[in-house]
Amino acid sequence: MSSGASDLDARSALSDSARQTADARETTADGRRAAARRRWRGYLLFAAFALPNLALIAVFSYWPIIENVYLSFTTWDFISPQAEWAGLLNYQSLFSGWSFPEVLFRTLVWVVVVVVVTLVLGLALAMLFAQRLRGANAVQTLAFAPHVLSGAAIATIWLFIFDPNTGLSRLVFEAFGASSPAWTNDDSWALWALIIVSIWKGLGFVAIVYLVGIQQIPAQVLEAARIDGAGRWTQFRRMIFPLLSPTTFFLVITQTISAFQSFDVIAMMTGGGPARSTTTLSWFIYDEAFNRGNVGVSSAASMIMFVVLMAITVLQFRFVERRVHY
Amino acid sequence: MTVMPTAAATEPAPREPGSRRTRWWGVLALVITALVFLIPLYLFVSTAFKTNADINSWPMRLIPRSLTLENFVNAWTLAPFDQFLINSVVVAAIGTVLKVVLAISTAYAFAFLPFPGKRYLFIFMLGALMVPGHVTLLVNYITVGQMNLLNTYAGLILPGVASAFGTFLLHQFFRSLPYEVLEAAQLDGAGHLRRIFSVIMPMARPAIITVGLIALIDEWNGFVWPLIVTNSVNMRTLPIGLLYLKENDGINDWGALMAGTLFVVLPVAIVFLLAQRYIVAGLAGSAVRR
Repeated sequence: MSSGASDLDARSALSDSARQTADARETTADGRRAAARRRWRGYLLFAAFALPNLALIAVFSYWPIIENVYLSFTTWDFISPQAEWAGLLNYQSLFSGWSFPEVLFRTLVWVVVVVVVTLVLGLALAMLFAQRLRGANAVQTLAFAPHVLSGAAIATIWLFIFDPNTGLSRLVFEAFGASSPAWTNDDSWALWALIIVSIWKGLGFVAIVYLVGIQQIPAQVLEAARIDGAGRWTQFRRMIFPLLSPTTFFLVITQTISAFQSFDVIAMMTGGGPARSTTTLSWFIYDEAFNRGNVGVSSAASMIMFVVLMAITVLQFRFVERRVHY
Repeated sequence: MTVMPTAAATEPAPREPGSRRTRWWGVLALVITALVFLIPLYLFVSTAFKTNADINSWPMRLIPRSLTLENFVNAWTLAPFDQFLINSVVVAAIGTVLKVVLAISTAYAFAFLPFPGKRYLFIFMLGALMVPGHVTLLVNYITVGQMNLLNTYAGLILPGVASAFGTFLLHQFFRSLPYEVLEAAQLDGAGHLRRIFSVIMPMARPAIITVGLIALIDEWNGFVWPLIVTNSVNMRTLPIGLLYLKENDGINDWGALMAGTLFVVLPVAIVFLLAQRYIVAGLAGSAVRR
């Protein structure tokens, strides 16, 4: 990353090289003034081209974090004229009972199960796609499609699948002589329903990213292993999986960050219920602010999410740096 | 932020002759995978065209006895889908165009224009990629409220058009362009806009298309921001319209709900099938944090 920024200036200096050779010849005061004018024109143009975007980033990406820190120390309901200072009250109230720690625990279960299962199945699928069987391309496209389709739409489709009376779920459970659970209406099944949908939606994407990684492995490396008598499983365990570790690490980080923020599937299928059994941190943040008007509590919970995700991101940076230096 | 090497995952490499036998378990696994994704999609699309009698009959009717458009009519009467469609098109079209324009101009500025402390501004821009979107919702809602833009197209669009990822991607691409061509254009007296439109944009076409398509898909599928920033039914976009339809009718009318879902999904599905190459390479090749 830093290498991308470091030779920026060198490059733009180069971009002006045509002018600079001309400037070098002009040693008169007039020439210097003209050169300064041109430089200022460059600055102005940069401002015109880049500042609108940078200003939007400042207002809608950075300011929210700063303001959110302040709001987390206040109580407010959107309606009263101003937020009132409350010190650590919001944080204290989050941890005064079991309800919020339960939300955090549920979020942890959600993230770990979704990420681990998606990665394991995704890698298996990638190994399958790498065999180049006939029709594999069509299946890849099919598996990738849910990743680009609206989460709300995918959730609606699965609501129908999970319907215990007319959905596919009834067919599957009856095949085993059981009756279908009520899934999204049953607090011991609802979270698992959402986890299944989330995995289904993300699987194809993970598989394709892994496939790209597998295709980067030089064929000679695997060929050499094969000649040395390594079986397929040994090849996978000793060569392919270790060589894919940068991909795995990258996927763990990005999938974790996005699993933490999953929202549309929850909003569409359960709205955090029944009995808060699907209230993850991201739903909690929304629900406290926009359904209950507890701005302070919501922003305190936001700060917790922010700190956790920043910690994960920093971990990623440190890992990447270490790899680069090797 | 790792940037994965871009490769067209969908392009098959030539099969080495005779090096691999087709294994029956591979074929079986492929068929099962296909079914895992096909069955839910088939049930969804077929239900949108089934009669209520067929939908509610048990054992399940996999093949409908007759097809009907009644579900679409029902969805349309239960919720103003024409208005949702207009809103979605306006938001996605304007949002995408603005985002791409901002990404191109910012990337150009960072690649070719001078500015004191430019590299720090670049890092400032990249830093935005680390900010989790969900954490910004509440304050952005308050900010947009103070701008008096709640429940307007401007409010729907504005926070989403800032482009850090797209700018980064295009910046990398612009810097890889042959420098001689740009210098030649400069010496021919082409101004910055001329250089962007007639030199840079044609050369960077694949990258710009990728950035545009990803922006379009994001805008179209956007859920939590439109949910928060709009409060009247007539300003809702399609995904929120779907939530409205579900809550309005409960889940009693699967036909109408699946028909409504088809409205939401179809445009992106078509774009995806037509431009798969760009989308898969763009998303998987540089797996995006959005």
